Amino acid sequence: MLLEQNHITKEGEFVINMGPQHPATHGVLHLKVWLDGETIKKVEPHLGYIHRSIEKMCERLSYRQFIFTTSRMDYLSAHINNQACALVVEKALQLEVPPRAKAIRIIMAELTRLASHQLWWACMGLDLGAVTPFFYAFREREAINEIWEETCGARLTQNYIVPGGVMMDTHPNFRKRVKDVMKQIKDKAHEYEELLTGNVIFQERLKGVGYLSREDAISYGCTGPTARASGINSDIRKLFPYDGYEQIKFDEVLNSGGDCWARYLVRIEEMKQSVSIIEQLIDIIPEGDFQVKTKNVIKLPKGDFYQRVETARGELGVYIVSDGAASPYRCKFRSPNLSNLSAIPKIAEGAKIGDLVAIMATVDLVIPDIDR
Amino acid sequence: MEERSVKMDIKKREEKGGLSFPGQLQETPDGGFLVTKLDEAINWARSNSLWPLIFGTSCCAIEMMSAAGAKYDWSRFGFEVARASPRQADLLIVSGTIVMKMAPVLKRLYDQMPDPKYVIAMGACTISGGPFFYNSYSVVKGVDHIIPVDVYIPGCPPRPEALLHAMITMQEKIKHEAYFRKTK
Amino acid sequence: MTKEELKNNITELLPSTTFDETGEFLNVIIASDELLPFMKTLRSKSEFDFDYLFCLTCIDLNNHLMMVYHLISKTHNHCIVIKAKITDTIKPEIESVNSIWKTAELNEDEVYDLFGVKFLNHPNLRRLFLEEDWEGYPLRKNYVDENMIKL
Repeated sequence: MLLEQNHITKEGEFVINMGPQHPATHGVLHLKVWLDGETIKKVEPHLGYIHRSIEKMCERLSYRQFIFTTSRMDYLSAHINNQACALVVEKALQLEVPPRAKAIRIIMAELTRLASHQLWWACMGLDLGAVTPFFYAFREREAINEIWEETCGARLTQNYIVPGGVMMDTHPNFRKRVKDVMKQIKDKAHEYEELLTGNVIFQERLKGVGYLSREDAISYGCTGPTARASGINSDIRKLFPYDGYEQIKFDEVLNSGGDCWARYLVRIEEMKQSVSIIEQLIDIIPEGDFQVKTKNVIKLPKGDFYQRVETARGELGVYIVSDGAASPYRCKFRSPNLSNLSAIPKIAEGAKIGDLVAIMATVDLVIPDIDR
Repeated sequence: MEERSVKMDIKKREEKGGLSFPGQLQETPDGGFLVTKLDEAINWARSNSLWPLIFGTSCCAIEMMSAAGAKYDWSRFGFEVARASPRQADLLIVSGTIVMKMAPVLKRLYDQMPDPKYVIAMGACTISGGPFFYNSYSVVKGVDHIIPVDVYIPGCPPRPEALLHAMITMQEKIKHEAYFRKTK
Repeated sequence: MTKEELKNNITELLPSTTFDETGEFLNVIIASDELLPFMKTLRSKSEFDFDYLFCLTCIDLNNHLMMVYHLISKTHNHCIVIKAKITDTIKPEIESVNSIWKTAELNEDEVYDLFGVKFLNHPNLRRLFLEEDWEGYPLRKNYVDENMIKL
């Protein structure tokens, strides 16, 4: 009976549980893995170890309050999550955000992307057995954290972007600090290349491992760098521009490789694009208001509103059903990580158990965003 | 400001003789010998080699990683041997929200740790449920419902300095324990 | 295709549908038993070619449940929202779209977990987030939890 339940049919096959307490799952993901020797036959994700009922909470929070819960969803893209919530409220109220706020928002969002990718790079090294990258990446990440701390008052969960603009004006040091950090990142880029990208052992572990075809990526709803590494144009900043991304020159990073190495290269290249976006904007932040006046109690008109943004991991959608009251009737967050996770059983099928760690690392999941 | 407070902590510890080896050095013409209590010597060793278990469920885990990074560097205080297995750890840093489904897992991890063991509750979620206190159906309202906690750190998430402060407090607590007379 | 063209083509396909054009996307409201064949046509017909399901969720509207599917076509770059009305709130059932879009599997598990909608022909329907023995469906409006502290 037990054998039948676990789909074990012949000798040498067994089931292992990876997680919920496992260093390579980046949180509390639980993967049930069916193995034939060392080869993966099937992977089944078990979730809910950090399901915090955010969607239920949102039904009782006002449109100013519900933003703070989203910082805790994908905490590595906290600014971008806040931006999505602010944008959906602005879309419903048809508010025009001042240009200064837009520019600050984009800079903050790109800093978030940089910091998130740096943390991914650090953990990527850790997962594959290299500790040094961790210290290199955290050097730059701390520098970005300091910018946030100065302007937003928090290091990680900022809640800086509010409906109508940003919460407060930037710190007087903001421009100088950002420029310094951009210079630092560009100066140190070669270290990243030398440590991991050019490392033969590292390349061997990624090249040809964990292939995801274009068709599968579409069918599994993959977004973000995971999808772009399979050659899908999925950058929301290009497809459905928001907050003035249409006026900025940047390339959508695409790679048709589809394997772990392609996903790695896409993220490395995206960091360079983010630096270029920030450099375009930092000297031309328009003067003026940083926030447009909104009513104390925001009430959205009746109807459905959907807003998507490109977080560091893919497309985050905020779907709000409003009945005209001061809090959402139903609030759904379309998580980029859930759909990327759903592709992992497909990617991992037939791979070796050791490669599962590499696959998990390159897909770059944040578990609280999956569970919400 | 908080950076300064950590420095002050270290200074205070030095004044109290916390960092030096406990005991009295008796000098004799051809060298000397040291008089100490076994309790104090063992506690001195234990408190400076706490092995934390990496148990990060959400946002606080990132700040815990920052504390391990070069800027804050918790290895200055003897915490760098972070373990992924509870059987090799003696300090459980609960960093992040604990939900109903995770609670039995956390309990089992705690049970698997060898005695003597200590728990730090990091962040508002582990103290009381934090931002997820109201209107939430699945969050455990405080990790002390499941396991005993030695040190609490408020904040959402707490800064790495706050974590260091908590760990130093933890060390102070261990130093004042009676290791051999500890009753179960 | 623009909203108007989509609307005309869908009316030809399924005359009984109603439309709602107040929002950003074209909302198509159908009955729950028409869902699967309709979705299959949307996926397979080359002029629609909705190959990407980017948001699947459910809304509890007190007297009925509404399944919401957000679709986009990667080739034509047009979006549509399909809403399927489930009138039975005690034992809600609907066909699974997992055979068309693989991403639906986990999303449908989530809806089953939080709303209690049973998906027919789903490969592995289970409670995704909560324990197996959890009572009730939390995102339903009539869900009561004595331990929940209300603000």
